[in-house]
Formats: sequence, structure tokens, C-alpha cells
Amino acid sequence: MEEFAALLDALVYTTSRNRKLALIAAYLRGARDPDRGWALAALTDGLDFPAVKSSTVRNLMMERVDPVLWALSRDFVGDTAETASLLWPEPEDTAPLPDLSLAEVVERLAALTRATASKELPALFDRLDAKGRYALIKLATGGMRVGVSARLAKTAFAMAFEVAVEEVEEYWHALSPPYAELFAWGARGGPVPDLAHTPRFRPFMLAHPLEDGEVDLADYAAEWKWDGIRVQLVRAGGMTRVYSRSGDDISATFPELLDVLPIDAVLDGELLVRGVTQGGAAGGAASFNALQQRLGRKTVAKAMLRDYPAFVRLYDVLLLEGTDWRQAPWKSRRATLEALMPRLPASHFDLSQLVEAPDFAALAAIRDTARDEAIEGLMLKHRESPYVAGRKVALWYKWKRDPLLVDCVVMYAQRGSGKRSSFHSDFTFGCWDGDPDAGAELLPVGKAYSGFTDEELKKLDRFVRQNTLNKFGPVREVARALVFEVAFDSVHTSKRHKSGLAMRFPRIHRIRWDKPAHEADRLETLRGLIKD
Amino acid sequence: MTAPPFSWIRPERHGINIVPADAWVDPSRPVPRALVTHGHADHARGGHGITIATPATLAIMELRYQTREGASPAEYGERIDIGGGVTATFLPAGHVLGSAQILLEHAGERVIITGDYKRSADPTCPPFAVTPCDIFITEATFGLPVFTHPPIAEEIGKLLEARAQNPDSCILVGAYALGKAQRVIAELRAAGHSETIWLHGAMEAMCRLYEEHGVMLGDLRLVSDATKDQMRGSIVMAPPSALTDRWSRRLPEPVTAMASGWMRVRQRARQRGVELPLVISDHADWTELTRTIQQVNPQETWITHGREEALLRWCELNQRRARALALVGYEDEDD
Repeated sequence: MEEFAALLDALVYTTSRNRKLALIAAYLRGARDPDRGWALAALTDGLDFPAVKSSTVRNLMMERVDPVLWALSRDFVGDTAETASLLWPEPEDTAPLPDLSLAEVVERLAALTRATASKELPALFDRLDAKGRYALIKLATGGMRVGVSARLAKTAFAMAFEVAVEEVEEYWHALSPPYAELFAWGARGGPVPDLAHTPRFRPFMLAHPLEDGEVDLADYAAEWKWDGIRVQLVRAGGMTRVYSRSGDDISATFPELLDVLPIDAVLDGELLVRGVTQGGAAGGAASFNALQQRLGRKTVAKAMLRDYPAFVRLYDVLLLEGTDWRQAPWKSRRATLEALMPRLPASHFDLSQLVEAPDFAALAAIRDTARDEAIEGLMLKHRESPYVAGRKVALWYKWKRDPLLVDCVVMYAQRGSGKRSSFHSDFTFGCWDGDPDAGAELLPVGKAYSGFTDEELKKLDRFVRQNTLNKFGPVREVARALVFEVAFDSVHTSKRHKSGLAMRFPRIHRIRWDKPAHEADRLETLRGLIKD
Repeated sequence: MTAPPFSWIRPERHGINIVPADAWVDPSRPVPRALVTHGHADHARGGHGITIATPATLAIMELRYQTREGASPAEYGERIDIGGGVTATFLPAGHVLGSAQILLEHAGERVIITGDYKRSADPTCPPFAVTPCDIFITEATFGLPVFTHPPIAEEIGKLLEARAQNPDSCILVGAYALGKAQRVIAELRAAGHSETIWLHGAMEAMCRLYEEHGVMLGDLRLVSDATKDQMRGSIVMAPPSALTDRWSRRLPEPVTAMASGWMRVRQRARQRGVELPLVISDHADWTELTRTIQQVNPQETWITHGREEALLRWCELNQRRARALALVGYEDEDD
């Protein structure tokens, strides 16, 4: 545990990607099995201990520390795990016990139930110092926040054992922590993990945004960028799995897709819900709002399946009946996919149609109509592009339509987390429910915490501190004096908000230091933009 | 008619007013008569008519403001009549060279204003003197229970270990130019580190002043006189503001360290881009603050600046009368 705690601590203080890689690689080389496998899982959020929640830790602290002192400390530190690790009363004069191994800690955490957690956790805390407690709580509650993405961890693994990162990525997702076969192969020169009959995730190919400039349509094909969630459907060894963009297995959320793929294949597509919003009646997809009803559920009620039936609009084929198509150019894969379509049930699959245009200007004109169809924009794919993991320059572009803009007034500000724990960086803003000069109120319409520079953040923080009307813990109500030009992708009706609407992807487009608050937009403007 | 108790001492936004003596303690704007606890800029401003402070504090102010006009020295323990029936006694506060708590007495009532203080040992100044009083006016810079400063030897050990592990680079230590820098240097010397320590230009004069006051700091030289190679494997001291300044480009691949009580909180270190956090503070930590209130055992505790809400809460939980004063201008982001 000491080694892992030290690694975590070192990662916190390291910003350079290369030094992070070096730290993780050194740890992976030096640590024992299966500790290093567990560490890898922990760093990439691959562990889940449902019995331990942030609230479990908070409740333990409440029994030992005055609630007001806890709240003040938590607010200052900005992180529950760190606050608890610092405030935990050190046991007095106990002889130091031998270091717990990470595997042992994982085993004990996994055995916890809600009922036993409050008894067992204190015993673990007592055996560790502040650094160790921090590591333990982060391990148990997830969310390491040390700036280590799964990609970085895979790269570090590849570096540590001098193997190809693409291979690491492929095997990784098919195995579960502590990845015994992965280490046997990578670290000890063992055989390649046998995964032929496992429906495993393959890394997605992603797109760069097309900022300015254009592409030649002789080289690039255009497709709609559908507003659902990107999924990979995999069938192997008689089993079908649905993976999200991050490689998470979301099969349980979409059971209707698990027995409709008649052949072994790996397909890339957009998961959508039946409806008429996207692409009209012929397009047959509902808005993202409808899809959202289905996301994040571990079990799905029959009514859900009936009211929000899911299907996959296919983009690409990676593997088909034993053939790996990933090195083939897009145009061949597209032809293969088109030939495949008649074999797939139309109830659950359709093909993402190509958008034909004589030239780029004409394509731009077509894209501009996309808003009416609640589509995010266009994808531009090089006709010769192989299917490669990640974002590769000049192969695929996403060409999103311009965002909608509205002027909102800042109402509340909350301190950020992590690096932003001393700055008010999360803003709630509203629009006028009528004529502000006739006494209309502001109603909140959204929240955003991005779209400004570090310099602007400092200035915003100063504004918040100087214009505070009320404090509610970390939240401050501010004078109605600052206007944000807010950019967003679409707006939908919502029962959860008093304003009756919810924005999608709101971000701060510009800070209008110059604009008087009463000139900000009214709710009716936003209501006019609703597309459900 | 007699005045209500303690009405002669009045906390105002810009300092603490000693009414019958027409004097102020640590005022944040110029006044005719000021009593100054110590030389840090948020407590010791220039431009007062008369400044009463310890000789070392006066020397520090002279260095900073290039004037000795109106300087009126007070030795530790010397009881001074400041007029209006008020006497002032400067007592060691253990914060930095020359730092003092000020004991004010009037009509049998005793008030102590601590300025900034700490309780752990410091080779550069005499230790905090626990003195009984009726009203104890304390700072609370680190007034949250998450703040416990580890023994300084541990942190100096970390610094020396980092130096040994990085023979081709230097360890750049960000430290307050008054007090923290000299304490870290003195502790490094006490730990047996006798090699040259390289200084940012802004620290040179203060280090010389410390030596004139008997705090020996060993071989110090200026970064501006060194080549990159000379500084490899050594320790460089600079004010915190210089850590990310262009100035640091002349150093050989520096590992950025920072000596500050705030380093106890990971995200604080991260915000400043610190790679080697050293939890070294010249302020009392939570344990010291609460222990000091218990030892001094006043009738009432007033809290001047810092995380006053938490210390107020602690007083409430321990059945101690306390209030927070809304003073402006004291903040210590760099300690």
C-alpha cells in the first residue's frame, strides 16, 4: 500500500505527461503481482466497491469530528478523501504494523457490505498514515483525479515492458482486474492472451474537429453526425456485447440488442431511440432527450423497452466473420457494410446514409439545415482511411454546425474542485421571465464551467467575491450584474427545472463585461428554440 | 461613571485602536502612532508618524521603506508607557526575527495581540512566551483542523533527499523572503548541509540583516553570479512569485519546491505547480492555536485573520467566549 500511496502522491504533483509515464512505468516494473494489476485498475477507474461511497466516509468522519469543523475543512480542501485523510484521528502509540499489500486492501474492500463498511474501514484507516488513507479512500470510492487517462496508463504499460500499445489496448478491455494474463504476457514474456472467443472491445476511431478550411469531396465522404451515443457492437463465441466510446460494457442497459446480431462481427454505429425528430419520419430517430431516458440504467423495465426502443445506425465494420477489415480503406469497409445490411434485422439496424453534394459549398448549405433535424453536424471521412485507434490527423473530421447563442445573467457561482478549488468556476445562469424593467424575475436555465481562459477565471472569481449577496456553503449568490453569452447545441423541455427547459452542452462563449444585465435574453427566446 | 470593560481597545477595519493612547496596532494605513508586531508587509506598513516595535522589526522596516523616521524601539519584556494610562510590553511571538506579541495593560485589564506566531522551535527567533491575559487577540491563518505542520526535520529531510536524487538539476525552493527563507537555510545548516546555497537577488539584503542580528546562514551566493553548471546538485532559494517567473529559466532543470503551510493540501500545491511540497510554516497550526488558547486561558478570545470561522467553532465547542474581528488587509497566501 505504501508504494501505491507514494505513486499516487507523486502523480498528484506531476503535471508533465512524460514524467507521469515514467512514474507509472517504474511502478509497474517494480511492484509485485497482483498488486500492480490492481493499481492499474485503480488508476483507470476499473474498480468498483459499491459498499463504500463518499457518504460512507463522511459518516465515519461525522462520528469523530464536529460536523461544522468537517464542513469548513471539506469546503476549504475541496475533496472529501483528502479532508478525511487529514482529519482522521491518529491512533495513539500503537506499534507499527507491517504494510498491507494492495491486493490485501482490495480483497478487504471487496468483501465489505454497507453494514460492515462502517466497522471495517476504521480498522484499515488506523493502519495507515495520511498519505495511505488518501490512497485508500480514493481506491474505495473511485475517481483518482491524478490526470491518468486509460490511454496514458496503457502507454505506460507499453513503455514499462516494451510492447505495442495497440496490443495492450486490445487485450486490456477483454480482461478483468488484476489483468493476470496481461502481465503474464507483457511483463513475463508469456503467451498472447487467448481472446478469440471473447466479445472484446476494440479502440474506436475518432475525429478531429474541422475548424476552418475545407476538404475535397473527391477524397472525403460525408455522413450525418447523429445525436445519440457512439457504440461498438461485438459478437464472438455466441455472445453479443455493447460497448460505449470509453470501452465500458453497457450491454445490460440495452438488452434488446443482445440477440439480434446473427453473425460474428465488430460494428461501429450510433445508438438511437426510435422517433421522428432526427431526419424526419423517414430517419426514424428520437432526440437525445428521449435516449437519455435509457442511459445509465442497470436494469430496464418493459415499459422502457416499449416506449423508447433502441436501434443502431451503423457507420463502419471492423471485423466480420473472421476477417479483420481495419487495415482496409474506408470505401471497401463501406461497401462491405452495405452488402451486410440485408442480413441484419431492420428492426434494430439501419445504415447511416451518405450525404451527397456536388461541392463543399453545397455541403455547407446542407449542413446549415441540420439544425432543423436535430443533428449535430456532419462527419467527413477520408475514402482511403484505415480504421485506426484514436484521432489521427486528416483521416476523419467532425464538422459540427454552429452553436446557438443566448445572453444569460450569472446568478450563482460555486467553487470548483481540484485545481480550481480556490476559484469560483461553476456558474448557474438565467434568463428573464418577462420584462426585467417591469420587475420580471430571472429563472436558471443552465450551468457551465468551461469556455474561459485562466486569466478570465481569475477575473470571474474576483467578480464573484466582490458581488456576493448570499453564501450557501461553497455556493454564492451574486448580484445580477454580469452577462454571459452562452453557446449550446440544442434546448429541450424539462420537468426538472423551474424554467421548464434544459440546454445541451452549454458553455460560456463570451463574457459580456460590457452588457447590462437587463439587456440579457428572455425565456421566450429560448422556448422558441426548443426541438423535442 | 466608569467606562465598560475593555472599551479602551477597539477593533476597527484598518487595525486595532488603543483609544486612550490614540495609537494603533498593525494599522493597514498610515497613522500618527503605530505599534507593529513584526516586519511582514501586511502588518508593517510605511508612513506612520511614530512606529513602536522591536529593534529587529524596526531594522526590517528600515530596509524595506528606507526610513528610520519616528522609530521608537521596544526591547522584549520592556514595559513602555504609551500614554492615556496604557502600557505596552513586547513579548516574543516565535514567528520571525523581531516578531512580538503586544501585551497592553490599562486600568487593571490585560489584552494581548499576538500578531502572527508559532509554537514550534525556530533557530532564527526566541520562542513564543505564554502570558496570562483577559483578552487574547489571536491570528488564525491555519485555523482549520486539517492543518497540522509536521516536524521541520522531516521536511528538511525530504528536501535534502530530493537534492541527492537530482545531481544534475537544482532544487528551487520558494519561500517568503522574510523569515521563511532564513529559517529554512538555518535548518539546512543545522542538518549538516554546508554547501553553497544560491539566492534570488530579492533575498540577499534580508539574509544579510539576519546575519547582522546573529543568525548565521553559512555560504550564500547570488544566482546571478553563477553558471548553470555551478548550480547543479544544489539548493536555490527564491520568493514564491519567482518560481514560475522567467527568472527561473537560468536554473539547471529545477525541481520546484515550496516551503509553506498551505502545502499540506494537495490541490494548493498543484495550483502552484509545485513538485516537491514542503509543509513548513511560520504560523501556528490548528493544534498550536488551540493549545495556546488553552494555555493562555483568557476570558475572551478575539480572532483577527485567517480561517476564523473554524476557530470560533472550536471555542464554542469548548465553552470559550470568542468573537471574530473583521480586519482587512491581512492575508498570507505565501506562508
